[in-house]
Amino acid sequence: MVVGEPTDEALDELFHALADATRRDILRRSTGGELSVSRLAEAYPVSFAAVQKHVAVLERAGLITKERHGRERLVRTDPDAVGGARQVLDELETAWRGRVDRMADLLAGHGG
Amino acid sequence: MSIVSVEKDFDNLTLLLVADFDATIERVWQLWADPRQLERWWGPPTHPATVERHDLAIGGEVSYFMTGPDGERTHGWWRVTSVHPPRLLEFTDGFANADGTPNAATPTTAVQMQLGEHDGRTRMQLRFVYESREYMEQLERWGAFDVYPQSVGQMDALLTPTQEAR
Repeated sequence: MVVGEPTDEALDELFHALADATRRDILRRSTGGELSVSRLAEAYPVSFAAVQKHVAVLERAGLITKERHGRERLVRTDPDAVGGARQVLDELETAWRGRVDRMADLLAGHGG
Repeated sequence: MSIVSVEKDFDNLTLLLVADFDATIERVWQLWADPRQLERWWGPPTHPATVERHDLAIGGEVSYFMTGPDGERTHGWWRVTSVHPPRLLEFTDGFANADGTPNAATPTTAVQMQLGEHDGRTRMQLRFVYESREYMEQLERWGAFDVYPQSVGQMDALLTPTQEAR
């Protein structure tokens, strides 16, 4: 894995939340903040409870917020938090650029 | 410069990296297949790696730790899901607990490494896909850490590019 990566629980939650196709799709659909959990659930071939669970994971990771709107609770994606996906892949890229450089050095015979 | 291209797909948490080396395929393969050579490039100079176990067979395990400047150790593991020397290696890469057992609370990455000829050099293509914790939990329920080959089909499915990539 990547060295120097924060191993705190917040980042674990973020990784966990982002590493699922349904949850990433929920993030995409909820940028406008107009959908309730039950409206969201209609879009997926899984139970309401399963979608509710995905929403809870996203909320715990700070990727979405729920706002009371009359009798409904509407889901809204936090645009800043979604930058986390970028951060995760940027860190992976940085780590592997270093690894490829060291591989090239070893192959050239001056790897120390 | 060794790196030819880096592509990131934020929707699918996938990274593709292509690098060319002035060496034979067999020589580049040895960087992965020989644990003493792997140790020399896996960790950065501040966090050198020590490979404890290294079995590049399907279902085989690689375990290692990296030692930081203050002596703190970060443990990691691979589970090999496919291997065709000297051209293909696929494995799941994750963090481990101090005793070397997989830490299910942290994310894992499916890694595919391919080597081929390109303009008289060796081209290395690396593909990384972040996996969900649910997937890891499912593997454990199936006893996949004992009989990992059964799940190779699942891994292949994860590594197949999806249509929604943009």
